[in-house]
Parts: sequence; structure tokens; C-alpha cells
Amino acid sequence: MLLTTTINGRKKEILIKDDDYLLDVLRKEGYLSVKRGCDTGACGLCTVLLNGSPILSCSTLAARAQGKHISTIEHFPLEAKKFASFMTSEGAEQCGFCSPGFTLTVIAMIKELENPTDDEIMHYLNGNLCRCSGYVSQLRAIRNFMEDMKHENC
Amino acid sequence: MFSFSKFFLASSLEEAYSELLKNKKNIILGGTSYLRMGNTSWNTAIDLSNLKLDYISDEDNFISIGAMTNFRNLETSSLLNRYFGEIFTTALRDIIGVQFRTNVTVGATVFSKYGFSDLVPVLLALDSKVKLFNGGIIDLEKFLNETDIRRDILVEILIPKKVCQTSFQCVRKSKTDYSIINLAICNFDNNITIAVGSRPGKAILAKKTMDLFNKSEDIEKEIVNAMKYIGDEIPLDSNMRGSKSYRELLLAALLRKGIQEVLN
Ligand SMILES: Cc1cc2nc3c(=O)[nH]c(=O)nc-3n(C[C@H](O)[C@H](O)[C@H](O)COP(=O)(O)OP(=O)(O)OC[C@H]3O[C@@H](n4cnc5c(N)ncnc54)[C@H](O)[C@@H]3O)c2cc1C
Ligand code: FES
Ligand code: FES
Repeated sequence: MLLTTTINGRKKEILIKDDDYLLDVLRKEGYLSVKRGCDTGACGLCTVLLNGSPILSCSTLAARAQGKHISTIEHFPLEAKKFASFMTSEGAEQCGFCSPGFTLTVIAMIKELENPTDDEIMHYLNGNLCRCSGYVSQLRAIRNFMEDMKHENC
Repeated sequence: MFSFSKFFLASSLEEAYSELLKNKKNIILGGTSYLRMGNTSWNTAIDLSNLKLDYISDEDNFISIGAMTNFRNLETSSLLNRYFGEIFTTALRDIIGVQFRTNVTVGATVFSKYGFSDLVPVLLALDSKVKLFNGGIIDLEKFLNETDIRRDILVEILIPKKVCQTSFQCVRKSKTDYSIINLAICNFDNNITIAVGSRPGKAILAKKTMDLFNKSEDIEKEIVNAMKYIGDEIPLDSNMRGSKSYRELLLAALLRKGIQEVLN
């Protein structure tokens, strides 16, 4: 079937198999920032935004993106760069394999939650696993990032 | 690998149902989180996305929840919260992550009658009904007890509208794991309902224990008694997550905690 969708602001027409999952289609189309970390829907590495909401592309049929907007991390170059620098300065990033999905979830969280507590942040990010950095340093990085974004918006 | 040959976007429930009956290998798609764990190749996959089944609405006598509503919407619904307290939020918030809960659907979970489900005991304790396209409206309890799997479409869940005090209790080995045992309790005007799930079998109502509370003058006084009673009444078993005797201990302890919560 022909999938008509918008990826990172650009309209795309892609020929897909009816039972293709979005993760495979995106990777085949060259969006290699979208990673596969598990095969159960549990790690969050394949997260992309569908019409602004974080979803697991490994568990979403590509056909369901018909007429919708998909964003991968490439859609947010400034935020991604800034967030990465906060992450590394807290020692919260090692191999970086989990970062694209993680950063997208953080971006969605900031849009959705107003002044979240640490518990609310941890809860929102529960579905994002990291194999090598641990979560305490990540939380510090998120706090710094949010603080910075707030000043930017003033 | 989960696969199918044709994606069929239904434009009405009638059309979806007639497509379902055409071939034994045709299926209804929910959020496809569970289907993809299987190894079956299917014929036509029927998508209900265009049928506006994604809603939580306030009707005269019921709160009705469309089959395609996702867990995240239940978790954050202020309407459910207003009538039933935080029971939906508490039961669902630890199922994997936000992205996962945005994906999985109410209809699939209830129709599949998963024993490990955290949602089904909540709906059972709230005395819900299911509306099937062909089978009409039946009590959730009766639906769960059926052993034959229907060829049908779950259209919506109907929860009787009443403001009640509720509690959801469960134990998980780690935060986003399946529950080892769970229970949902509802107190409506001192009438208590208790549903137990992850036994590890399908969720059931603890009817004798409920009677014990409901015939008693003083519910609080009855708690210690009920903690013994419920273990005899509810068939529990062992699986890789926990032994039968561990579940017995947990059930009694969680019952005490839950009842105290709905009395406050
Ligand atoms: C890794 C993992 C962990 C999980 N952990 C938990 C947990 O801790 N607690 C918990 O409660 N649940 C848990 N679940 C189950 C989850 O909550 C969902 O119940 C499950 O994924 C099915 O929902 P779905 O929308 O993905 O359904 P699908 O996978 O799309 O469908 C499942 C079945 O339902 C049928 N179906 C779908 N919609 C309908 C309909 N409207 N009418 C009739 N039949 C229909 C499908 O044909 C299929 O047979 C977990 C699932 C996974 C994959
Ligand atoms: S690859 Fe999608 S959740 Fe792990
Ligand atoms: S930094 Fe390596 S998996 Fe997270």
C-alpha cells in the first residue's frame, strides 16, 4: 500500500507492505536514529512522535501513520544538541544508543507536563531504558535542560 | 513473526464484522502490542481506527469507554477520576511506559481476558458491562466466565455511574513487571465489591468475602476475619512470578490495606 505521511515536516509517499511496522519503514527510509533495543515494547529506544505524542514505532503499524506527522530526533536539532551537552556534562551518556528515543520522550514530556516533580519525571520516563548510564545523572541533566529551556522562553 | 496479508481500514462496525466472519484467519487489530509477540500469519487485519471508538463519555446511567481508547487516556481521565477516584491511574501507571500505554487499547485487553491484566479487575469491581457488536450488552463477569472465544467485536465498556471510594493494590517484582497478584476494591454506600486478578488466572469477584463485609454492621471490625476468608475462597496458583503460598500471604495483606483505603 502507499503510505502518505509527513516525516520531520516533509511530505512523503512510501510504498510499504500492509503489515510493516513503522520502525522498519523509518529505518529503511534512512532515519537511522530510530533504534531497536528490544522486541517486546519495553525499552523505548524506538520512540518517535506521532502527531506530537511519543509512541513506540516497533509496536505501531506503519499503515496507522497514514495522513499523520512523524517526528524523529532530526526534527529537533537545537534541542537535541543542547540536551546532549547537559547529558554528557552530568556523565549521563555513554554509548548514546538510547538517546534519540529518550530525548524525544523528554521533549514530549516538557510539552505535556507543567513544572513536573522528580517523581512525575521518573514516571513519564519509565518506559525508556538505558543500558549503561543509570538514571540519577539523567534526572539531573533533565532538570538542567528544563531550567535552560525556561530561560530561553522568557 | 506476526504478519498478515491485507490491512483493511473498516468504515463501519457492520463492515468490520462482516470482514471478520469471512475467514478464520481474519483478525481485529487493537494497539498491536500483544499481537506482534505472536508467531501467526493472518489473512486480513481489520483496523477500527476510523470508527471513532476512542472516547470516555458521560452518559445518563453509564460512563462508556470505546474499545479503541488507550490506557494513557484512562490513566489521565478527569472524568473517571471524578466518579471512581484514582483507581484507573493507580492500576495502569506502572504498565511499561507512557509510549506503551498510548498504544495499548481497552477493547483488546478486555476481549482477550488476560489473567495478568491490571485493568480487568478494576472493571470487574466497578460492575462493568461489555457491549459486543453481535452479542449485545452482557455483564463483564459473565463474559469472563465464558470459555468459548466469541467471533465478535468488543465495541465499548459500560461502567455504572456512581461516585464510589476505590482502591487498587498489587505487588510487582520491579516497577514495570506484570503483577504477582492484584486486587481492586470499590465501596459504594458501604456496599463493597472486591475483584482479584493475576492469581495467576482470570480475574474473579471475591463474593463470599464481599458478603461478609456487606452483612456486617462494622466493616472495619470484619477485616481480620476476611483476611482468612479470602484465601479459602479465591483459587490461587503458582507460576514463575510467585508461589501459591506467597500469593496467599500477599492477598490477605493487600486486602487489609485496600479495605482501609476505601473506608477512609
Ligand atoms: C511486554 C508487555 C507487557 C505487558 N504488561 C502488562 C501489565 O503489566 N499489566 C497489564 O494489565 N497488561 C500488560 N500487558 C498487556 C497490555 O496491557 C495489552 O492488554 C495488550 O498489549 C493487548 O492490547 P493491544 O491493544 O496491544 O491489543 P492487540 O495486540 O492489537 O490485540 C490483542 C488481541 O485482541 C483482539 N482484539 C483487539 N481489539 C479487539 C476488539 N475491539 N474486539 C475484539 N477483539 C479485539 C486482537 O484480535 C488480538 O487477538 C503487557 C503487554 C506486553 C506486550
Ligand atoms: S524496540 Fe520498541 S520498545 Fe524496544
Ligand atoms: S547511554 Fe548507552 S544505552 Fe543509554
